[in-house]
Amino acid sequence: MSNFVRGLKCRLCGKAYPKQPLNYCEDDFGPLEVDYDYAAIREAVNRGKIELRPFNMWRYRELLPIDGEPTVGQLVGGTPLVKAHRLAEAIGVKNLWIKNDAVNFPTLSFKDRVVSVALSKACEFGFTTVGCASTGNLANSVAANAAQAGLQTYIFVPHDLETAKIIGTTVYGAKLIAVKGTYDDVNRLCSQVADRYNWGLVNVNLRPFYAEGSKTFGYEIAEQLGWRTPQHVVSPMAGGSLIGKIHKAFHEMHKVGLLDREPKCKIYGAQATGCNPITAGLKAGSDSHRPVRKPNTIAKSLAIGDPADGYFAIKVMRETGGWGEDVNDKEIADAMLLLAQTEGIFAETAGGVTLAVTQKLLAQGRIPRDEEIVICITGNGLKTQDAIANIVEQPVIIRPNIDDFAAVLDGAREPVLV
Amino acid sequence: MPIKVQIPQAMRQHADGQANVDLTGANVKEVLDSLGVKFPNIVGRIFENGQVRRFVNIYLNDEDIRYLDNLQSATKDGDVLAIIPAVAGG
Repeated sequence: MSNFVRGLKCRLCGKAYPKQPLNYCEDDFGPLEVDYDYAAIREAVNRGKIELRPFNMWRYRELLPIDGEPTVGQLVGGTPLVKAHRLAEAIGVKNLWIKNDAVNFPTLSFKDRVVSVALSKACEFGFTTVGCASTGNLANSVAANAAQAGLQTYIFVPHDLETAKIIGTTVYGAKLIAVKGTYDDVNRLCSQVADRYNWGLVNVNLRPFYAEGSKTFGYEIAEQLGWRTPQHVVSPMAGGSLIGKIHKAFHEMHKVGLLDREPKCKIYGAQATGCNPITAGLKAGSDSHRPVRKPNTIAKSLAIGDPADGYFAIKVMRETGGWGEDVNDKEIADAMLLLAQTEGIFAETAGGVTLAVTQKLLAQGRIPRDEEIVICITGNGLKTQDAIANIVEQPVIIRPNIDDFAAVLDGAREPVLV
Repeated sequence: MPIKVQIPQAMRQHADGQANVDLTGANVKEVLDSLGVKFPNIVGRIFENGQVRRFVNIYLNDEDIRYLDNLQSATKDGDVLAIIPAVAGG
């Protein structure tokens, strides 16, 4: 495979670096990102060529930063873009789609996209031990994909994660380190681990490569709409990276000739009110996020109080003409049920955040009701069942007797707790 | 007993290759000032116009100084001051 990566460059000062497992600039600590030769990519790709490839994230391989063929997560991506008629009617909009990474393979979240790039790259760099700091979904994905690749794995998470996310990590044989602290404490510790041990930590020293995997979420949306972008995209924000990568994906596709028109998509960011550093910064008119020391929300996958990409996320929302909002735990849970009961999609709490924020932005008139909207669902509700266990309808318990059932139909029997 | 300052890997070329430097000072600002006296090339990488750069985080005994008294946070013998690049996480 041809290699279209020129190296890394600092997102602040532009200083160039050779390809290496390094995530920050030695001059100003700015984050590094992958530098591509877009002119060469433009020569190498076209819609027809991509359409002939299997429908997974690697059909856009020229725009991803690995040197050879992917060795980890070869089947990741290619998730449905669902035209959401019933939900559209329920929330009062004309054209609505759900990009559904709740069914991403293998671990049911969009994190499989970033991990397949990061671990393929880790293998290219020769790492035999990998790891991450995680709020849960990334932990699951690194553990599963590393198991497939035969890599040693150390995963660092806050100690109070949902049981499903803990078991969904340790089952793959990963060494799970539960840290008594917030995600930000875990993240800081992981930076120190990366500094001391020669490991490939996917969202620390492999971050420039890792983050590029998120772009495939955006590529797929545009291709599934018929090689065009929607007018509005609403995305959850934790670290604040995904919304920037969706925006980047759309513009790259135009740059390399996959989209005819320059994208004019407005990008909106969604957070939980109990951890809203980015939307608080945006709404206050600041150019950077407002750190939250102690996040308190049921949307644990979004509970990053000090997201360093907040600065870039705010920039994307402002520059595209989008906006950001945050919603409380009740709004989150209600939206999870609404999505499930109108579209049959059981999203995790972060999905509830994104839908509830969409409703709020519609009510505020920030998003027009008659234009095309895509909502990003990034994780699966089976992992966060505790959040809605007390508000879903309880089963009715009866004897195996037809008259018992008839009584239920007649409304004579109330649901009882199991 | 002095205050131990941890230098991130990519910055060690400006600190004679050292991962840890022992320094003194009554608060974070004073400790970092003495780091600057010892290794002048580091100062401009941490500070810009007198402020800690956007993507630099400083931790005093594992607590982010923004949640303490920032650069005025008091330091004492045996403290550990870590300079760490801000990583987005997630």
